[in-house]
Amino acid sequence: MANRSVWSDNRFWQRSAAWVTGFAAILLIWLTFDTSMQISMGSDEDLKNGVTKRVPGPTVINYKITYEMDAKRGHEVPVIGEKELFFGRDDWSEEEAGALLHLGKLGSQAKNCMNCHTLLGNGAYYAPDLTKAWLDPAWGPEGSLQAMTGKPTKEEAMAEFLQHPSQYPTHERMMPNLGITAEEAKGLVAFLKHMSSIDTNGFPRNFGKIKGAVHGK
Amino acid sequence: MASSTLNESKQLATWYFTFAFILFGAQLLFGLVAAIQYVMPGFLFEILDFSVARTLHINALVVWMVFAMFGSVYWLLPDETGIDTVGIKIGKLLYWIFVAAIAVVVLVYIFVQVGPADETTIWFIMEGREYIEAPRWADFGIVVVALGFVANLFLTGIKGKQTGIVTVLMADMIAFAGLYLAGMFFTDNISVDQYWWWWVIHLWVEATWEVFVGAIAAYGLITMIGAHRKVVEMWLWIEVAMLFGSGILGMGHHYFWIGTPEYWWEIGALFSALEPLPLVAMFVHVLYDWGKTQGAEMNAEHTDEDSVRSVIQNKPAFTWFVFNAFGNFLGAGVWGFFHTLPQVNLYTHGTQFTSAHGHLAFFGAYATILIGMMYIAVQGKNNIKVMNNTKSSIWAVSLIVGGVMGMTVALTIAGYVQVLVSRAQMGATWAGYFDGQAGMWFAQGMDWRLIMGVVTFLGFLLLAKDLLTTGKNPVHER
Ligand code: HEM
Ligand code: HEM
Ligand SMILES: [Fe+2]
Repeated sequence: MANRSVWSDNRFWQRSAAWVTGFAAILLIWLTFDTSMQISMGSDEDLKNGVTKRVPGPTVINYKITYEMDAKRGHEVPVIGEKELFFGRDDWSEEEAGALLHLGKLGSQAKNCMNCHTLLGNGAYYAPDLTKAWLDPAWGPEGSLQAMTGKPTKEEAMAEFLQHPSQYPTHERMMPNLGITAEEAKGLVAFLKHMSSIDTNGFPRNFGKIKGAVHGK
Repeated sequence: MASSTLNESKQLATWYFTFAFILFGAQLLFGLVAAIQYVMPGFLFEILDFSVARTLHINALVVWMVFAMFGSVYWLLPDETGIDTVGIKIGKLLYWIFVAAIAVVVLVYIFVQVGPADETTIWFIMEGREYIEAPRWADFGIVVVALGFVANLFLTGIKGKQTGIVTVLMADMIAFAGLYLAGMFFTDNISVDQYWWWWVIHLWVEATWEVFVGAIAAYGLITMIGAHRKVVEMWLWIEVAMLFGSGILGMGHHYFWIGTPEYWWEIGALFSALEPLPLVAMFVHVLYDWGKTQGAEMNAEHTDEDSVRSVIQNKPAFTWFVFNAFGNFLGAGVWGFFHTLPQVNLYTHGTQFTSAHGHLAFFGAYATILIGMMYIAVQGKNNIKVMNNTKSSIWAVSLIVGGVMGMTVALTIAGYVQVLVSRAQMGATWAGYFDGQAGMWFAQGMDWRLIMGVVTFLGFLLLAKDLLTTGKNPVHER
C-alpha cells in the first residue's frame, strides 16, 4: 500500500463519525435542558402577575384568550386577557383546574383524537386542526357550531358536541361517538382551552382572521 | 427441506420476515379502509372508524419494519461475524412473545378501540400518541424483546469477527432501542409530550433507521455484487457521520410550532436542510459501486462479448436496493426538503403534503430495502447461486413502486389545495378546513390516492406470490 491517504482510511472516518455524533448529541441534550425550562407549565401566580409563559398554567381557563398580531414578533400570539367564566366559574383553583386539564389530556389520548385530528399540527389529517380550536369563531357567540348545539356558551357547546358528535353533523364526514361522558367532555374542553393559550410561534397563521375569503368578498 | 440447511440465526430471520410480510399486508388493507373513508365517509362509520383504521395502518407499518429490521440483522450476523449467533434460543423465544403481544394489541385496537379517560386506558388499551399508540404494558414487552435482540447482537459481535458493518449496527441498534424509552411516559403538558414524542419518531426515521439502511446497503453490496468491503465500509462511516451530523439536530424541524422556543427555527432549518446530503451520497454510492464492479468484470479477459456476466447475484433484491437508494433520496430528501424550512412549514405543517412525504419516505427509505432483504433470504434459503427476476417479481416491483408514486403525487396535489385554501386563504379554522377538503382538486386527489392504493395492493399480492414461489423456479442458477 504505497499511496496511503487519510481520506481512504476507515479509522479516520470511524473517528469522525463518533465525534460528529457525540457533538450533535451533546448539543441536543444541552438545548433540551433550555427548551424544557422554557416549556414547563406556568403557575397560577404567573397568571396573576401577568408573567408570560410559553405554556401557561391550568388556571388559564379562568381567563379570556385571544390570538393577536404581535408587531415585534411579526406573527400572532395568544394573549391572556381579563377574567372569563368557564362552565359558570372564573375561580377554578390551581388543583381543580389541574385536575380538569389532567382529565382532558388523558381523554385526548384515551379517545385517540390524534388519529383523526392534528394537535399542535401533529397527528392525522381527516379532521380540523385542534391547536386553536377554542378560538375558532364558529364556536363563538355568533358561530354556527355554537348555534347548532343550542347551548348558551362556547364551553357548553363544545362539551355537548363532544358527547354526541354524530348528532351534529356539519359535513358528510362526521366525528364518531367515542363514549365521552359529561365529565370527560368538560376536561377535554379545558384541555383545548389550555392548548389554545400555548405560544406556538404564530402557527396557525391568520387563524380565524379571514371571514368569507373564499365565498365572495 | 432446503430450509434445514439454514443455520438457526437465519431461520429465525425467516420467521421475522414472514410475520413482517403479513403485517405489511395488514398495513395496506387498513390503509385502504382509511382511504375509502376519505371518499365515502359513511364506510364503517362507528364500526371501524378512520382513527381505528389509521392507527392499525401506521402501527402495522412501524411494527413490520421493526420485525424486518430484526430479521435482517439475524440474517446477516452469521455471515458477518463468521460464528453462530450467541443466545439464539432466547432470541427465538422472544420472537414468539413479540408476536403474541402484537396479536393482543391489535385485537384490542380493533375490538375495544377507545377507553375511559384514565390511566387504565393508557396501560391496557391505547396511549393515543401517533405511531406509538401501543398501551404501556406492551411498551415494556417491546423493551424486553428489544433488549434480548440487542444482547444477541452484542454477544455475537464481541465473540465473532467484528466488521465495520457489525460495529455500526451495534451502536445503532442500542440507540434505536434506547430511544423508545423517550416515548413511554405521560404528561399533562402537550408541548413536553410532543417534544419527547419526536425523540422517538424523528430520531428513529431520520437517524437510527437511516444508519441501519446504510449498514444493510453495505451488506447487500458486498453479498450481491461482490463490492470491496474496505471501500464499502469507508462509505458507511462517512454516511454515519453525515446522517447523525444532520439528523440529530435536524429534529428542530418538528419544534417550530409546538410551543418550543424560536431558536429551533434556525437550528431546524439549517440541520434538516443538510439531511438530504447523505441520501444523495448513499444513492451515488450504490450506483457507483455497481458500475465499478461491473466494469471490472467487463475488463476481465473474455473470449467474446456475450460471456460478460452481470455481477449481480440477486436481481430482484438488487432492483429493490436500487429503488431504495432512489426512493430514500426522493421521498426523504426531496419531499422532506420541500417543507422543512419554517417559512414553508408554517403553511404545510399537518396537511396532506405531510402525508405525501410520509408515504414516499417510509416506502422509499425502508419498505424497499427490507423487501430486498426478504429476497436475499429466499435466495439463501433455497441455495440459489444467481437469482433472476421472474415475471411476477418485475410486475410486483412495478405496481408497488408505481402505486406509491401515484399516491404520493395525488397527495401532493391535494396538499397543495389544502395549503392554499385552508391555510393561506382561510386561516386554518374549522370552516377553512372543510372548504379546502371540498375543493375539486382535493377531492380528485383523494380518488386517485385510493385508485393508486389499490394498484399498490395488487402489487403486494404479486409480491407475496413471488416470494412464496420463486425459490423453486427453474430460472435461477443453483
Ligand atoms: C426516511 C426518512 C424519513 C421518513 C421515514 C420521514 C417520515 C415522516 C413522517 C411520517 C412525517 C409525518 C409525521 C406525522 O405524522 O406528524 C414526517 C414529517 C416531516 N418530515 Fe420527514 N421523514 C424522513 C426524512 C425527512 C427528511 C430528510 C426531511 C428534511 C429534509 C424531512 C422533513 C420533514 C418535515 C419538515 C416534517 C414535518 C411535516 C409537518 O410539519 O407536518 N423528513 N416525516
Ligand atoms: C394501499 C396503500 C395505502 C393506502 C390506501 C394508504 C392510506 C393512508 C391513509 C388514508 C392515511 C391517513 C392519512 C391522514 O391522516 O390523512 C395513511 C397514513 C400513513 N401511511 Fe399510508 N397508505 C397506503 C400505503 C402506505 C405505505 C406503503 C406506506 C409506507 C411504507 C404508508 C405509510 C403511511 C404513513 C407514514 C402514514 C402517516 C402519514 C402522516 O401522518 O403524515 N402507507 N395512509
Ligand atoms: Fe423529522
